[in-house]
Amino acid sequence: MLRRRLNRWLGRDERRVDSRTICVGHRSSSNNEAFIPPKFCDNRIVSSKYTVWNFLPKNLFEQFRRIANFYFLIIFLVQVIVDTPTSPVTSGLPLFFVITVTAIKQGYEDWLRHKADNEVNKYPVTVLEQGRRIRKESEKIKVGDVLEVDEDETFPCDLILLQSSRDDDTCFVTTASLDGESNHKTHYTVPDTEKDLESLNATIECEHPQPDLYKFVGRMHIYKTDQEPAVRSLGPENLLLKGSTLKNTQTICGVAIYTGMETKMALNYQGKSQKRSAVEKSINAFLLVYLCILVSKALVCTTLKYVWQNKPGQDEPWYNEKTQREKDTNLYLKMFTDFLSFMVLFNFIIPVSMYVTVEMQKFLGSFFITWDKDFFDPEIKEGALVNTSDLNEELGQVEYVFTDKTGTLTQNNMEFIECCIDGFQYKYQDAGTDLDGFCVTDGPVNKVQHKAGREKEELFLRALCLCHTVQVKESPEQGQGQRDGLMDQVDGLGVDGLGADGEGLHPPPQEQRGFIASSPDEVALVKGAMRYGFTFLGFESKTMKILTRDNDVERYELLHVLNFDPVRRRMSVIVRSKSGDTLLFCKGADSSIFPRVRQEEVERIRMNVERNATEGYRTLCVAYKHLNAEEYAQADAGLREARLALQDREEKLMAVYNQVETGMSLIGATAVEDRLQEEAAETMEALQGAGMKVWVLTGDKMETAKSTCYACRLFQRNTELLELTVRTLEDGGRRREERLHELLVEYHKKAVQDAPAVKAGVTRTWSSANHDYGFIIDGATLSMVLNSSSESNSSRYKNLFLQICQNCTSVLCCRMAPLQKAQIVKMVKNSKGSPITLSIGDGANDVSMILEAHVGIGIKGKEGRQAVRNSDYAIPKLKHLKKLLLAHGHLYYVRIAHLVQYFFYKNLCFILPQFLYQFFCGYSQQPLYDAAYLTMYNICFTSMPILAYSLLEQHICMEVLLDNATLYRGIAKNGMLRWGPFFYWTLLGVFHGLLFFFGVRYLFGNPALQDNGQVFGNWSYGTIVFTVLVFTVTLKLALDTRHWTWINHFVIWGSLAFYVFFSFFWGGIIWPFLKQQRLYFVFANMLSSVSAWLVIILLILLSLLPEILLVVFRKPRGPHAGQLSQEGLLQTARLHLSHHLPIST
Amino acid sequence: MMASSYTAKEEDGHITVSGPGALRSRKPENTAFKQQRLPAWQPILTAGTVLPAFFIIGLLFIPIGIGLFVTSNNIKEFEIDYTGVDASSPCFNCSQSFSWNSSRPCTCSIPFYLEQPYESNVYVYYGLSNFYQNHRRYVKSRDDSQLNGDPKSLMEPSKECEPYAFHENKPIAPCGAIANSMFNDTLELFYNDPNGTKVQILLNTTGIAWWTDKHVKFGNPGGNSPNLTAAFQGTTKPINWRRPVFDLDADEGNNGFINEDFIVWMRTAALPTFRKLYRIINKKSGMVPTLPRGNYSLEVVYNYPVRSFEGRKRMILSTISWMGGKNPFLGIAYITVGSVCFFLGIVLLLIHHKCGNRNNNADISN
Repeated sequence: MLRRRLNRWLGRDERRVDSRTICVGHRSSSNNEAFIPPKFCDNRIVSSKYTVWNFLPKNLFEQFRRIANFYFLIIFLVQVIVDTPTSPVTSGLPLFFVITVTAIKQGYEDWLRHKADNEVNKYPVTVLEQGRRIRKESEKIKVGDVLEVDEDETFPCDLILLQSSRDDDTCFVTTASLDGESNHKTHYTVPDTEKDLESLNATIECEHPQPDLYKFVGRMHIYKTDQEPAVRSLGPENLLLKGSTLKNTQTICGVAIYTGMETKMALNYQGKSQKRSAVEKSINAFLLVYLCILVSKALVCTTLKYVWQNKPGQDEPWYNEKTQREKDTNLYLKMFTDFLSFMVLFNFIIPVSMYVTVEMQKFLGSFFITWDKDFFDPEIKEGALVNTSDLNEELGQVEYVFTDKTGTLTQNNMEFIECCIDGFQYKYQDAGTDLDGFCVTDGPVNKVQHKAGREKEELFLRALCLCHTVQVKESPEQGQGQRDGLMDQVDGLGVDGLGADGEGLHPPPQEQRGFIASSPDEVALVKGAMRYGFTFLGFESKTMKILTRDNDVERYELLHVLNFDPVRRRMSVIVRSKSGDTLLFCKGADSSIFPRVRQEEVERIRMNVERNATEGYRTLCVAYKHLNAEEYAQADAGLREARLALQDREEKLMAVYNQVETGMSLIGATAVEDRLQEEAAETMEALQGAGMKVWVLTGDKMETAKSTCYACRLFQRNTELLELTVRTLEDGGRRREERLHELLVEYHKKAVQDAPAVKAGVTRTWSSANHDYGFIIDGATLSMVLNSSSESNSSRYKNLFLQICQNCTSVLCCRMAPLQKAQIVKMVKNSKGSPITLSIGDGANDVSMILEAHVGIGIKGKEGRQAVRNSDYAIPKLKHLKKLLLAHGHLYYVRIAHLVQYFFYKNLCFILPQFLYQFFCGYSQQPLYDAAYLTMYNICFTSMPILAYSLLEQHICMEVLLDNATLYRGIAKNGMLRWGPFFYWTLLGVFHGLLFFFGVRYLFGNPALQDNGQVFGNWSYGTIVFTVLVFTVTLKLALDTRHWTWINHFVIWGSLAFYVFFSFFWGGIIWPFLKQQRLYFVFANMLSSVSAWLVIILLILLSLLPEILLVVFRKPRGPHAGQLSQEGLLQTARLHLSHHLPIST
Repeated sequence: MMASSYTAKEEDGHITVSGPGALRSRKPENTAFKQQRLPAWQPILTAGTVLPAFFIIGLLFIPIGIGLFVTSNNIKEFEIDYTGVDASSPCFNCSQSFSWNSSRPCTCSIPFYLEQPYESNVYVYYGLSNFYQNHRRYVKSRDDSQLNGDPKSLMEPSKECEPYAFHENKPIAPCGAIANSMFNDTLELFYNDPNGTKVQILLNTTGIAWWTDKHVKFGNPGGNSPNLTAAFQGTTKPINWRRPVFDLDADEGNNGFINEDFIVWMRTAALPTFRKLYRIINKKSGMVPTLPRGNYSLEVVYNYPVRSFEGRKRMILSTISWMGGKNPFLGIAYITVGSVCFFLGIVLLLIHHKCGNRNNNADISN
């Protein structure tokens, strides 16, 4: 932080200059007047928070900024300063413990950060200095250094590309770890720089570091000895960003312009905002209540004390005189210190140990997620990953699930399934070995003729091979003519995608080719063609090479590419074959192709296409057209003209495209499958069954996304779809805004107003035959809804939109930009009732929504690790979400909710007798319990059972939870931590506290409790109360425990035994360090009294009686209002339990 | 966080370079604990399991309660308030004319009549009311190491003893408010024989304090040296005491800090109304009751002022049972809880019987 501040301070000087000037290779231009090289920060990345020296003060400061810690510190200080009833040790010791443990944990984490920093900072890089190549550590890079970076290396800082090993002065880069785009981007060297970097004498003037990744403005002055300095402008295409990786290029040289914390990557880094769970909010609310109780208790006692002391003879009887100092103290000061003393006496009601236990529970509990073998994916050989343990219980509270489609619901693994040529259906069967293995299935069409003509087949395959924008991944060994052995790094799979057969894992090397394309569909098509014998070999300066079935290499000159766009929904290429024919191949969605081909051809194929579409495949139709020289010349001219147009270029291009793509003849259709993730549909069904609403947020096209939704059973056959997309908006032919308004109101009427039954039963619709609504919106429309022109409309639309969405079972948002995804999440998150949201995704484009949602889940998918890194939890597959939420989340929530309630309860009934005792000891702040008991109660006697409970409890066993998704609804909306249960627990605590105190109080009506007539004193009184307390509180937990493992047994009975043992031990010795031997033999004497035994047993039983009664009474009536619905669940679960596990009662 | 992104980058690199085979397996161990499948006992409280418990509790508690109640009722207790608030009270004069400095002790005699003979050992208690022995300032005003016989603490009493730590620059032994306010009325019992003679009843001064207190917690300075006067040399008596600590009892084993009256007093009472064991009247051998029916008189040497804080002083004669002194609370509580349990058991049984059938039907229909 200091560094940054320093930089900022230094930067002020720089800012005046408004830009930075860098000498390439530190060769200051000779003709420049005395040039002072400005100072820039070094290339060190500092993500650690502490150093060895500032760790202690800084960490302590950070820790005491937490309100709870600060509170305990204050209490401790009050104890030190003011004469208080309990020694500072009683609260100082736990506080010290907490602070130490936290400090150790944070220190360890920071050490890890230091290590990671070092790894980055010490990474060796090659610096060119005076013609020599010097290996340096990354952190030593200075602005102006000329670096050499090899293929697949990551750029150590922001560089201006000076030289590339490629002939065309370009290099390829992926920015997957920056923005998640995994495609290769081309960057260019600064034009006209000399090949000899040594003699390059240049300065770069560029703007100050700023975080926008796609913006860069700069100038390069090149000084040549005998010429005027040349000036070249620099843009983002010359800038290589730190964090991106060099691909397909052997080496590049570049000059460092931004380093260290000034790189765009570092500037883009935003600290993850701390996510707080709803449970924590509940804790804070409860804490407030208890704080009020505490203060009011102290106030009551202080007031009563002074009222009582006003009576003659009470304040200072002859037997109990005050010291001179006490007498001299100012009355108001005395009142104040009395108030503080009472606060200290009762401060145990807010237990410091609760924070520790909650933290421990979360930390340890999260291990169960990583340990779960069901989350282990044999493919990637990894299990689940927990990045934060703070949100475990939030997994049990999810109401909205936002899921990405590609890679999350689907495998992002496009696969060529079948094609249809001239009306004949071809299905690829197995890994067809012979090149002619073009199998024809017995489709209904092809009764007469089994195969389309070979000519047609080949035309179709050529079309597939040519009509695309795919690039072949070049291998470094290309020169040796080896084409195999490439790992396809873009889509990460071998060609043989039928991996399910097991064969796909080891594809034969011939078939391994890497293709790079913006859309995986194209790759799938090219690969599909390859499978049938037509291999696309790549470009050779505007020439496309394909290898035909007969192993001939055919060359086609690529004349024009008519790019794909979502409105036209097709793309075309115009090629010229060797024979001089000019051909146009076009592929696109059926709806956009059919009107442009001869109608008699359509019918034959339409059937196939429709069948494929209903099967959830992505279908494309392929058409072609012969262009005679005249036609081509016209098209060529039109295209060229349109491309050069300065105004309305888009429209003009479109017009030419439409003109060219007419009168084609349909060759066939393809079906490509984006496979669903394993058990995607089951998972979605379970989530919906659990009462969660699933929203699909995707950047994909609506049709594909819709078919995926159907395949995942998010939309069902009877779901009525409410579409709010660009298409529906344009249907009416009116202004978009008006139409939007109209549609919103109409849908709102449909989904919200006219369907009150649905509204009430949204949570039930999944099973019943209620009318379901599905809502579809696309990005453009969404931005209209959210950013409507007028302010008033905007909020109204937003409201309407939200209400519609909330009444739909599923919502599909397609064509979403990453930021829009986050916007949607944010909108739902902040809507009424602030529901808990969960985002799940695998790509970098999901990061924003993962960060925005309450719980972010990353899938360890193919699109890099960006999502995983930013997520709270990472799982290998979508199917694991079910167990994560339904089993783990549910259990964690129940555990922590019980933990919290129990903690408040046990401290209330701990402190209440002490409060009541004040009424009997002249409000003198006399503690009822010995200091040792006060300290140990929360640390030793009652902490372990609840910790074990909160780690091991399974009130319903996992199988049942997984089988009955509905159980998840029982704890929805923070069901166990709302005010109802809280008051129940508080009441229980009050009841127990009253019982303990007055039970013993009446026993002490005659303190002669031993059979030898001897009497008990105040410490015996406290010890009896405390014994009852410890036993009751522990047994209460035992009553709540539904899952008794040996650990529970050990801990529950162990801590009771420990209490007894400790009491004997503590009272058995004259402790030399104690000022007063208050408990000497008190416990042993207590146990020698039959009456004490009897009263302890009686009070324990009486305290637990209502609890037992409630269990019994509640049962026949089902879940009791206000009570935890847990019992109700149990009832449902019991039946299943008996099937799954033998109950040994 | 930022650093973690770099490490993750490293991982990415590994995946592309080495392929899946080279990754070390991180398969979670399949142990019962890690998979949360530890064998567990899963008790479910049902009416079926709870009902018998209720009956058992009922059946156990009611007899215990009755036993306790009967025992408590059989304990004979006699209480006499000798504060002397009423003008008619024999101790009225003493209570009125009390002054700390009076050299001549005021005595008064209160006659009373025991309607029942006390057969077993009789325990004599003194009771004080509205006396806050549990006041914080009071409770902490002691020095346990001084009382344990530590010579250092004897001469330098703890600060907690203030303002009863030093008197005229001499350390007070025993120091503190508790010791200073030790109960110092002398109670003597006389049996008025029907034949007119007044027989003093022998009151046993030992066995009234906890054994561990007397033998471990409390100890005279100088160990077992017979000369207590020398041991307490240099200290002064508590301000309100009439005699120094080494002069509490003639008996060597009951003098100084290990005087049992003192030890009993030092065990601070839990509530402002309390009783403390004063003397024990041991049962004589044979069939003679310890205290036969008849007229008695309580002779009080009235030293202890309680009127200033509206306190009361009582003398209690009580026999003792296995459960201690007379206290009907436990018996009543046990009987009540037992009957409630039993009653609840019956109610639950009825409810369970009715609803159980209904539930079963519901289950089937589901």
